Amino acid sequence: MLPILGRLLILGSLLAATAGAVLGFVAGRTLSLDGLKWARRFAYLYAALIVLAGVVMEIALLRHDFSVSYVAQVGSRQVPTWVTIVSLWSSLEGSILFWALVLGVYIAIATFLTRGRYPEYQPDAIGVWLSTAAFFSFLIAGPANPFHTVAVPPLDGPGPNPLLQNHVLMAIHPPFLYLGYVGMTIPFGFACAALLKGRLGHAVLKPLRESLMLPWIFQSIAIMLGGWWAYEVLGWGGYWAWDPVENASLLPWLTATAALHSIMVVERRGILKGWTITLVQSTFLLVVLGTFMTRSGVFNSVHSFTQSAIGPTILVFLAAALLFTIALLAFRIDKLEVEGRLEGTASREAMFLVNNLLFVLLTFTVLIGTVFPLIVEAVKGKQMSVGRPYFDSMVVPIGAALLFLLGVGPALPWGRATREQLKKALLPPLIGAALFALIGFAAGVRNPWSLVTLAFGGYAAQVTIAQMFVPMLQRIKRGESAAGAFIDGQLRRGRRRFGSYIVHGAVVVVIVAIAVSSSMRQTTELTFTKGQTQKASGFDVTLLGVEERQEPHRFMTIGRFGIARGGKPLTTLEPRMNHYQMMRDPIGSPDVYTTPIRDFYISLANIDAAAQTATITVYESPMVVWIWIAVIIMGIGGLIALLPPLAPHVILSAAKDLPPDTATESA
Amino acid sequence: MNESEKMRRKTRWFMLGAFVVAGIAFAVIAASGINQNLIYYWTPSDLQNAGGKAYGATIRLGGMVTPGSIKKLGGSAVEFDVHDATRNVHVKTATVPPQMFRENIGVVVEGTMVRGGYFQSNRLMVSHNNEYKPPAKGHSLDQKELRKMMESTEGLKD
Repeated sequence: MLPILGRLLILGSLLAATAGAVLGFVAGRTLSLDGLKWARRFAYLYAALIVLAGVVMEIALLRHDFSVSYVAQVGSRQVPTWVTIVSLWSSLEGSILFWALVLGVYIAIATFLTRGRYPEYQPDAIGVWLSTAAFFSFLIAGPANPFHTVAVPPLDGPGPNPLLQNHVLMAIHPPFLYLGYVGMTIPFGFACAALLKGRLGHAVLKPLRESLMLPWIFQSIAIMLGGWWAYEVLGWGGYWAWDPVENASLLPWLTATAALHSIMVVERRGILKGWTITLVQSTFLLVVLGTFMTRSGVFNSVHSFTQSAIGPTILVFLAAALLFTIALLAFRIDKLEVEGRLEGTASREAMFLVNNLLFVLLTFTVLIGTVFPLIVEAVKGKQMSVGRPYFDSMVVPIGAALLFLLGVGPALPWGRATREQLKKALLPPLIGAALFALIGFAAGVRNPWSLVTLAFGGYAAQVTIAQMFVPMLQRIKRGESAAGAFIDGQLRRGRRRFGSYIVHGAVVVVIVAIAVSSSMRQTTELTFTKGQTQKASGFDVTLLGVEERQEPHRFMTIGRFGIARGGKPLTTLEPRMNHYQMMRDPIGSPDVYTTPIRDFYISLANIDAAAQTATITVYESPMVVWIWIAVIIMGIGGLIALLPPLAPHVILSAAKDLPPDTATESA
Repeated sequence: MNESEKMRRKTRWFMLGAFVVAGIAFAVIAASGINQNLIYYWTPSDLQNAGGKAYGATIRLGGMVTPGSIKKLGGSAVEFDVHDATRNVHVKTATVPPQMFRENIGVVVEGTMVRGGYFQSNRLMVSHNNEYKPPAKGHSLDQKELRKMMESTEGLKD
């Protein structure tokens, strides 16, 4: 039953998406309001059908209905229920279904929120969204069908990839990533609609910015969760390895970040319109490229499941989307009217321009390093990869320059500035720069790039904090109460600015934490017998014993280590080896003792329960936890900037004389 | 054409030129960066065929551990042979071999060929094959399988 129902729902979603896409584009040409109305209805219908298909798959998983091919492939009666639920995205076909499902939800919400407000842009935007949706429905109906009927259902299945069962983060990281990745389709739709109309007016900037901001928040957190997962599960003591799949998640984030900045220049100055559109479109293309890289099996990793026909199909879609974008840009970019021009090189908008160039440079650096091995393999048939030093040597200087801009940019005024203004803006933060560098030096940082990063970070931190509360201080000066000034200046009228500076502050923390943790990591390899105590990075480590534990779906060998410092016991760490039924070889799980200052991380190399011995690798890295914390703060800052103001009518009455789109202050 | 239009054209060409120069500089830097940091995925056969090129290059060598070749030296050092269907390479490594390291298992070692005629490795990984089917006992190795194994081995990072 369930397989047939699933297939019907997918076919229905394919029809709804195709019909809606055609209607959307037709309504965009003829400006027919009836056409638009029907396009909207088909958008909702698509969303409903694809969500139902996802629900059917979840029911099949929970019921262990092995007559559904996908369940037979990833289901298992042995695994805990949470693993069964997240199995939806643990393998190829299910993950594509999840992609389409998230897209359906995004399309429905975006269509609903913009209904009746942007009649000029909405038809084409819906057309673009539903074209993408139609492609994914086609993928699910054909090459990646999870709803095949298994003629002779097995009694039990293998369960999902053990590496994915190993940590709860597996339940959280993929949904965030999809919410980020898939969500980039929505601003792509608005950008294409603006090009098709040949106009990027103030009206469409708001939905463009907001629909870019939301997935950007999810994407930021998803990238962090991916790093955290690697840190907690893979056992090599680090969180980022410039692995192709990691790069695939970073690339669209870089261009989206650049676009979020250039949109502000469009709002303020009416320039960089074509450039902003190009960035938004590149973001979507990089998402499709990333989907191809992680889903086609061209890179073998925990993310790519098998070689399949899906790869070439996605590649065809990527090529089509690329051609469509290039053609649109080529024919329409000149129509976007320029309203202003760049004034002065030492201005806020000039810094935005440099910021954008650096982000694009960063994108190219990572892109080249990621796809180069693919191209060599395709042309010469030789396999190779680009080593980490390439990425480090290229990305560290560009990253440092961006951090520098993050300090200097917001300090500069918009438009032309006098020499006096510049001095007043740029000199005081040198105190913060010196302070950070000195603290780092005193704490033992000697790596020159890390010291430079600290200095830039200190400069940026001081500028950020000073700028963050400008609206509130202005209001207090005018005689408002502190609480009123905070609510009005930070959370109402200035909330976009406030949120943005929270993001900036968090970025400073992330970059500093990455620089310090990666340049000051210490590694020790130790072999223990039971009861033995050895020193590692200033900690006393004792092997308390080796235990064995049986769980329904796995068998674990656990090394129990007592951790003490200066005679004071701190904690017990339990790194372990997990033996899964379906796997010949065990998978290690490291264990970490986290403090605000440093992480103490133990990974098992070797363990023997009979002899009660263990060999471990100990990693000690400072400040790691601040990366996770700061990225979450970034997300919160983004939300503050995005959420509707606390009381819209207050703002509207206060800003009657301003055009509607500039009613909120921007950073 | 008025003066300001002329100026704008001039600025535009100037900016275009600057972009092209910066782009070329970036491409050159990136290309040399990539060239210096390539990691080759080789089988023992590839290694033999490469001859002198193997010395000093960063190589990920993948193959099976030859039965009876494992020798534990002092400390954590280990010596063993890695083979594919046709060739055999002697490997010396100073890292602790992981839990499941044993004879007849697929391994990936990263390092380089040294003049002493052996492969000096600074990292040793046992392969987790991605598809988790237990291999048939003593199955022969096909080169494509081996390549796949090398790419799929998680943990060769850092």
